[in-house]
Amino acid sequence: MIAALVVAAVVAAVAVVLVVVARRPRRRPAPARKLLVPFTGGHLDPRVLEAAIRIARAEDALLVAAYLVRVPLDLAPEAPLAREVEVALPLLEEVEQAALKAGVQVDARIERGRTATHALRKLWEVERFDQLLVPAPTERSPGLAPKDVAWILEHAPAETVVIKPAPPVPQAA
Amino acid sequence: MPRGRHRILLGAAAGVGKTYRMLQEGRQARKEGVDVVIGYLEPHERPETAVLAEGLELVPRLRTAHGRMQLEEMDVDAVVRRAPELALVDELAHSNVPEARNRKRFEDVVEILDAGIDVVSTVNVQHLESLNDTIFELTGVRVRETFPDRILDEADEVVLVDLSPEALQTRLRAGKVYRAERVETALTNFFRLENLGALRELALREVAEDVGERRRVGIVDPGTQSAVRERILALVSPEPRSQRILRRAWRSSQRLGAELDALWVRPPGSELTPDEEVSLAALRRLASILGAHFLERDGDDLAAGVKEVAAERGATYVFLGTPDESRRKEILRGSLVSRLVRELPGIDIRVVADRGLRKERT
Repeated sequence: MIAALVVAAVVAAVAVVLVVVARRPRRRPAPARKLLVPFTGGHLDPRVLEAAIRIARAEDALLVAAYLVRVPLDLAPEAPLAREVEVALPLLEEVEQAALKAGVQVDARIERGRTATHALRKLWEVERFDQLLVPAPTERSPGLAPKDVAWILEHAPAETVVIKPAPPVPQAA
Repeated sequence: MPRGRHRILLGAAAGVGKTYRMLQEGRQARKEGVDVVIGYLEPHERPETAVLAEGLELVPRLRTAHGRMQLEEMDVDAVVRRAPELALVDELAHSNVPEARNRKRFEDVVEILDAGIDVVSTVNVQHLESLNDTIFELTGVRVRETFPDRILDEADEVVLVDLSPEALQTRLRAGKVYRAERVETALTNFFRLENLGALRELALREVAEDVGERRRVGIVDPGTQSAVRERILALVSPEPRSQRILRRAWRSSQRLGAELDALWVRPPGSELTPDEEVSLAALRRLASILGAHFLERDGDDLAAGVKEVAAERGATYVFLGTPDESRRKEILRGSLVSRLVRELPGIDIRVVADRGLRKERT
């Protein structure tokens, strides 16, 4: 009788363990390809983000969203940049939420340099990317300047796509 | 026997005048009737320094054969035997020859202090262990000679020997720091204005923190000291999701006015994959942008490593990501979170969710 109870208890315990193991959420392996989306100026156009997510999902790529911060010349190149970080954090959270909601793995970063292109160059010197997706400059966007995009097109180490941001929403009369 | 008092003269870089100041203090003390000896002096071939050392008793150095070379180190036993009231010891972070009893000079100084002798010593901020990564990122130079932060914490006084970066460059150009043939290289490498500015800021911050800490100790019961000053410890590992943990921890540190440390406990002998190398480098960059201190420890027991670092850094708040451990390990050894709760009494613990694992509401 006691032996039967012991066996039953053991079987129950094993069953509980198996159920628990089976329920554990699994982290997906990191994708092999990487799509870099550099942006700056306290803004990432929704259309660019949408395109980035779509491409990353189609290519099964890791979306690396890099907010580029400019370090003024009167500061040391590695000085902490609290004010810029304050601007960047909500944007990175937004990118992460949108990407993860769409089932795309994301690595949201802040990268810095003396200029946006300097930050970008330092980044791709140490990391390989398979594709770049760059927001096109517009008059109303405070992001990358036309000369930055021209520089990226000339120097980028991977295929580069420039995406036109969404047109301005017409004001109600 | 009461322990000797330790006064550290901290500088931003070589040439700011630490050794000079140490000798001035030695001379002044002798004038006031104190029995002073030079335990170890690094004259750096600087004539002004040599002149200032004249007349101060120099304890003969210990000569040690190292291969074919004869190297000289401070003779700790001779200093202790001589039993002066005050010993002057240059270059606290210096590594002794392998044949020496102590590996580092700061260990020699501890012996002298334990013998009841007061010590005035010198060191540059770049040698501070916790700043090693920051210094590497700032200057591109990996400093090999380091000393533990506790030596600074335990010192009775830390005094900043300050010189503006411009003035230091002027001294360098005038040949007062290095020989003429080394000046140009120094100016274009380590002694660049931006490097010197950043190092000076670090040195100022260290001394300011030290002063703040001492003031606090004076007014607050030491038993409750760690609870007064918030300090956050974020546990990271070389993977993209750690970026978010560190960012979240930074947000809280801003709200609490707390210092932020990022800790990676590296399993011994672990080889990083190229992706992990990239993630680790990105984390270091983020820590630097956030003004956080990036710490790396070897250890196969994460909870024990965290416990040790939390005690060392005075952490009051620990941030970690959703633990990645297997259920089997969790059942057999207890979950990491519950272990941390047990091991870190009085410390807040916050688990930052992995958004990738979240199930959307349908």
